[in-house]
Amino acid sequence: MSQSYNRGTVEDFGRWREFTAGMWAWIFHKFTGWVLVGYLFTHIAVLSTSVGVDPASAQAGSDLYTSTLSGLESLLIVRFLEVGLLAVAVFHILNGIRLLMVDLGVGLESQDKSFYASLLLTGAIVIASVPTFLGGKLA
Amino acid sequence: MAQHYSSFDRGGRRWLFQRLTAVFLIGVLAFHFMLLHFVNHASDITFLGTQARMSQVSYFATMWLFLVTATFHGVNGVYNALVNQGLTGSRKNAVKYMLGIAGLLLVVQGTRVSLAMTTLV
Repeated sequence: MSQSYNRGTVEDFGRWREFTAGMWAWIFHKFTGWVLVGYLFTHIAVLSTSVGVDPASAQAGSDLYTSTLSGLESLLIVRFLEVGLLAVAVFHILNGIRLLMVDLGVGLESQDKSFYASLLLTGAIVIASVPTFLGGKLA
Repeated sequence: MAQHYSSFDRGGRRWLFQRLTAVFLIGVLAFHFMLLHFVNHASDITFLGTQARMSQVSYFATMWLFLVTATFHGVNGVYNALVNQGLTGSRKNAVKYMLGIAGLLLVVQGTRVSLAMTTLV
């Protein structure tokens, strides 16, 4: 027998206190998606410094691309933003796998538990990665 | 089972392509992060190092496909999110074409960047 639930619309964010795990998963997935697509455009803009690099300055390591990337990496705020980006990307990947499973009808009964697992695993991966992201040479 | 709830039209191809690109992106995004933050630290990236990686056919092809699929997945995702928020009529059409053009420009610029980074072409 099939059951149907009327939880109202997730777009009505004013009633966030009533949201269930699946609705939070939907909101987090949209939010992380917006961040990632914004980053994609920014990333290509930064990597555009590689267009027209002079081979001699590339050999010397003083070309615009290398100096732009090392300049950004020398800023502590950029390192923290990268950790934030990792958190966003890892959650989007893990919840994306969860969504593919939901679409295939696998583990529908545990979709709330798999959302909590995505959150926990994201937290663990991000915390474990902090030393690597903050390591390396800084200005 | 809960009632059907989706950001996509039933039977639509946008849903299928969003899922197919997702499967590819799950692996490639994780690989990209691993390679450029853990194997090679981001602060050690140089043009010559990038050029060496991008001059391998398999790596170049993977990164270019990454660009195209990520752009489609991102732009299509934004469009679906906006439709989900109630975007309709001529505004929906305007947003569709604007996002389409933005995505196309990103792929063109990303391709220019890829070609600048490789010795293959």
